[in-house]
Amino acid sequence: MLRIPCPYCGVRDQSEFDYGGDATVNYPALDASEQEWFEAVYLRDDPKGPHTELWRHARGCRMWIIVERNTVTHEITGARPANPAHAEVLKRDFELETT
Amino acid sequence: MANATLDLDFDKAAAKSISRRDNAAGSPTSKQPGRIATKTAAIDQSQTISFTWEGDKLAAHPGDTLASALLANGVRLTSRSFKYHRPRGVMSAGVEEGGAIVTVGEGARKTPNTNAATCEMFDGLVAHGQNAWPSLRHDIGSVNNFASPFFGAGFYYKTFFSVSPFGSKGTKQWMWYETLIRKAAGMGRMSREPDPDHYETAHAFCDVLVVGSGPAGLEAARVAAEAGLDVILAEQDFALGGGLLSETRSIEGAAAAGWRSAKLAALTAAGVRIMDRTTVFGLYDGGVAGLVQRVSDHISAPDPDSIRQRVWTVRSEHTVLATGAVERTIAFGDNDRPGVMTAGAARTYLNRFGVMAGRKVVVATTNDSGRVAAADFAAAGAEVTLLDARESVGAAPDGVAQRLGFAPLRSLGGFGVKGVEIARDTATGWRREDELDCDLLAVSGGWSPVVNLLSHRGVKPVWSDEHAAFLPGETAEPIHCAGAATGLMDLDASAASGRNAAATILGRPTEPLEEAPTHVEEVYEVRVPDRKLKSFVDPQHDVTTKDIRQAHQEGYVSVEHLKRYTTLGMANDQGRNGNVIGLALMAEARGIDIPDVGTTTFRPPFTPVSIGALAGQARGAHFRPLRRSPMDAWNLGEGATMTDAGLWRRPWFYPQKTEDGVEDIDAAYIREATVVRETVGLCDVTSLGKIAVQGPDAAEFLNRVYTNGFAKLAVGRARYGVMLREDGLAMDDGTVWRMAEHDYFMTTTTAGAGQVMSWLELLLETRWQDLRVAVTSVSERWAGMAVAGPHARNVLKSVVTDIDFEDESFPFMGVREGTLGGALCRVARISFSGEFAYEIYVESDHGAAMAAALWDAAKPLGGVLYGTEALGALRIEKGHVTHSEIDGRTTIEDIGLGKMASTKKSYVGSALKDRATLRDVNRPQLVGLKPTDTDDVFKAGAILRREGNMRGHGLGWVSSVTHSPALGHWIGLGLLEGGVERWEGRTIVADDPARGKLTKVTVISPHMFDLEGARLKPEMDPPTGVELPAAPLALPQRSALGTLWPVQDMPAVRGRAELDDVEDPNPQTGDAAAWVVECAPKPLWQATAWPDRKSVVEDALLEAAGADAAPKPGRLAIGEDDIKILRVAPLVWWVEGLAEDDQYAVSQLSAEDGSSLELSHGFTKLLIGGSRAAELLNRFLPLDLRDERFPVGSVATSGMHHAPVTLARETATSYALWLPRSYAKSLWEMLVDAARRMG
Repeated sequence: MLRIPCPYCGVRDQSEFDYGGDATVNYPALDASEQEWFEAVYLRDDPKGPHTELWRHARGCRMWIIVERNTVTHEITGARPANPAHAEVLKRDFELETT
Repeated sequence: MANATLDLDFDKAAAKSISRRDNAAGSPTSKQPGRIATKTAAIDQSQTISFTWEGDKLAAHPGDTLASALLANGVRLTSRSFKYHRPRGVMSAGVEEGGAIVTVGEGARKTPNTNAATCEMFDGLVAHGQNAWPSLRHDIGSVNNFASPFFGAGFYYKTFFSVSPFGSKGTKQWMWYETLIRKAAGMGRMSREPDPDHYETAHAFCDVLVVGSGPAGLEAARVAAEAGLDVILAEQDFALGGGLLSETRSIEGAAAAGWRSAKLAALTAAGVRIMDRTTVFGLYDGGVAGLVQRVSDHISAPDPDSIRQRVWTVRSEHTVLATGAVERTIAFGDNDRPGVMTAGAARTYLNRFGVMAGRKVVVATTNDSGRVAAADFAAAGAEVTLLDARESVGAAPDGVAQRLGFAPLRSLGGFGVKGVEIARDTATGWRREDELDCDLLAVSGGWSPVVNLLSHRGVKPVWSDEHAAFLPGETAEPIHCAGAATGLMDLDASAASGRNAAATILGRPTEPLEEAPTHVEEVYEVRVPDRKLKSFVDPQHDVTTKDIRQAHQEGYVSVEHLKRYTTLGMANDQGRNGNVIGLALMAEARGIDIPDVGTTTFRPPFTPVSIGALAGQARGAHFRPLRRSPMDAWNLGEGATMTDAGLWRRPWFYPQKTEDGVEDIDAAYIREATVVRETVGLCDVTSLGKIAVQGPDAAEFLNRVYTNGFAKLAVGRARYGVMLREDGLAMDDGTVWRMAEHDYFMTTTTAGAGQVMSWLELLLETRWQDLRVAVTSVSERWAGMAVAGPHARNVLKSVVTDIDFEDESFPFMGVREGTLGGALCRVARISFSGEFAYEIYVESDHGAAMAAALWDAAKPLGGVLYGTEALGALRIEKGHVTHSEIDGRTTIEDIGLGKMASTKKSYVGSALKDRATLRDVNRPQLVGLKPTDTDDVFKAGAILRREGNMRGHGLGWVSSVTHSPALGHWIGLGLLEGGVERWEGRTIVADDPARGKLTKVTVISPHMFDLEGARLKPEMDPPTGVELPAAPLALPQRSALGTLWPVQDMPAVRGRAELDDVEDPNPQTGDAAAWVVECAPKPLWQATAWPDRKSVVEDALLEAAGADAAPKPGRLAIGEDDIKILRVAPLVWWVEGLAEDDQYAVSQLSAEDGSSLELSHGFTKLLIGGSRAAELLNRFLPLDLRDERFPVGSVATSGMHHAPVTLARETATSYALWLPRSYAKSLWEMLVDAARRMG
């Protein structure tokens, strides 16, 4: 079982999270071409080692987060909110806490 | 002695003991010939308890294991072996046991394959040997032993899977013989009755988890705890101390027993959480360990309400593995005979349990540990001969005859050892030299450190020539090995290594380890030329040295192949006895070194864990949580037969009494569907997903996720919509109601609710971060009823008086808000049945009362309650799709909704939905089906085929069927290649091979009833003379737990959970370890801020609540009148307890700042308290609730049995827990059960 450091809730069990796939994919605009969408939806790397993944803290704060995980060792080296605005909010929150 | 299974030879040997007993008649050991007086604390000889072995009542003492008690009673034959049915006895004193595998318990509690060496004795224990019939001594299956030349490695594969000489394929033979072979190959017999015991799972958190309580474990735990770390010490044994319990030598200058007691006292003083009878069975990622605690396995008459075993999930920052080492034997002839055991085991029985396993003892050793055993036996008065495989060692221990360079060649005797042939190591190999009499052959072939748990982490053990053993490998994880697990055999060095493990964790300097090097002679097998000996490597799986060599000859040279071909190490001792010997023999056969052969990987569990313990509370009715509609009890009261829809329980049909008895499902749903179309029907639709979509950009958002246009949906109107996945296939459908300018109410299918919610959040958070939209599940807040049929409006008009239901003001696809008996309701005129129909939602606590009010109005109109079966019939008649058709393989075109796919905008899935393969005219497309002979019946799941062509996958499939009351025959929907256009009017077949049915069906349009939609606008007045009841003035509020609010004299709480039926006027006091009560409902609002408006929203909330400072992440703030602001997500707050006058500030939040909505009725709030409240919560919640991690005022959302729940710590010993309303009863029952079991 992984222990995932939710940027909002702290370290929690994997059982609280849902996996959301590869976070490195750049999704095109809705009106982009079929080829661009095909590549975004179907073409995936299968990296051995460090990987950037989407997870959702489904049984927690419900936030979608981006997790840096090593697919070989399962070591998790970082996690941040998928929405940079959430990251900004939390940064200010934790700054307040330390001052 | 009446014991038929007693070894008679041993009885004679023990006769002296018995006659001595006669002189001391009445002494507690009087009936145990193998027992000697012992001073160790591990055995209480002042008390005698009794147990039953093979039907005979025998005596034992508290502190015994089953194995020690059997040996004390002179029982050496305990089981027959797995394959050859050879007699077996106790071979070890620990988890490595490969001989005394027995069946314990009776009836429903009968547990086969129990290790007697670790099975704790208790008064009344009942045990039997295994794999023998009719008895252990006279076992018919033992003919296998004489046929054993044929039963070598690979016998079954070769014989039954190869091509047989009789011409038939081998696999067929295997299928024929398998039953017989499975019967003959014994692994005990399990009980066929349901397990009557209770199990539970639990969560714990600590700084350091120490595994093992020997010298190293005790010292690691002590030093870490004394430095202020939070330590859990887990010991699989029922007694703490590990090897110290068997030790006669001193440790750090003190007697082992005294040293142990002092350290245990220090651990207690330092606050170490000591868990005995607890096995760490697995180490997982992230510092997670799995533990199984045997709570009441050892209790004669456990409280029927108590827990038998508990599985713990422990998260630790550091783990210390002080798991010790197990002794291995040597392969020599008949080394499996009862009376042959490891030297360490013989010593443990002697020193810890006061059991002399023999009085004429031969000890054979390759290392120093056998010498200690020999010394102990001599000191206890046994006649001891020591065979040491090494040529140069010290002088013999006092009273021991020593023969150097010798090893056992073959044990002698019948059901028990009577002697041993011995061999001498010569320049040309082993040579038989002599024969010795003995009644115990104690063997030490070296020690194997227990590296299993580290292996779970993927760390390969490393071979050490010096230790002749695999030692733990290096790991970067915070896992520290100590003591014998690292190969240390010296007690002082082990203790020091435990302190060093703690020092490493604490960042302190370590002390040097001093251990005198000792030589281990690498002897794995003793054999001589020209002697055919049966020498066991893995006794539990009957793998012999011959099998290893045969596997090599047949080309199975890799260790993984060796394991699978011979089954070496695959018994429940997992190779602890035999793996090293097996590897050594393979290395010898291949002419390479042991490390080059490699080792297999140990995987969890370390020792067997019962499925019941892993399942914990999740069994029976609580196998999964049950989601109940607020009308659940009402539906049952109306006679509903229920069905599962995912986690939900929904009314399936409402059988009525008839002249012939009670209607079956077919009669019931056909009647219900008929009546809906004739008058009116009510159907509980609470389980549909409901999502609030709010914010200035909500319209744009909806326009992007649905295929059809949503930008222009007017306030007060609803629209049907289909969503696609981004690969262009259909995802879900539902309706969206526009309640206000920035406020939409989306419904989804029951099955799609979770997926859609998660998908919308993903889009907003990862793709369209500029959209100011908040999505919130409000499924729990609203109870829903579909009111369908010509009289639908008459029903609604009579109960909801503040909405104008006439066509002009409330047209088809209109939405209105109003009140029903004073409760908020929202109504939409939408239809799934094709009839004139509405969906009405009311706040959940009023759901049952709403149902009753609607039913009171529908009944006089000749109405009916209908369930999911009739709902299905009505929608199939109309050709409306559900997830039977939106099955993840179909496009919007395939399901006949292509016209809803806008060509004027881009939306999710629009780019890929038009791929050539998805627009192929040959794709399976939605069709209607009817039996060509209208008296015929066909079923969903049947394959659609062209007549006469019965091969292959066919042309499509039947997705849904029903009997159509409107049409008078069976109909169905299906997906068929080419669809209606190609097949309309033609006859094909529905092939149902699983049910053996073939039906001719005619393809028709899926819109099988009322194609014009005329029935949506009927003019139907109430029949004359029917008087409808007056609208209710007030709807009672009933909680998910059945409480009718307000409760007189108990405003805040319901009864104490653990005393469910006791009226307690003050339930929050009292001395219960943990109590659970239901809180009275309070208004609950949720506010969401757009990222740059956080402080504006916070200010509004603070003002409304009268609080000073906004809560930080994971905290709550308390305002006036106990109003609470809980921060539940970075930009989401709950405000609980706002009076109606103060709600305005939250409800009227500017859309430029954020959004807000009411969530009242969506949750059931419990208050949980008592001195062990956190422990109760941790039976379910994987949250670290230790004081410093979860202080008063903390808030966390987590998962309880798959349901999201929110917890707030209100005081040092009480917590508020918000459960989603539909899950509440299910979770409440589990909490109450757990609380009751805590006492």
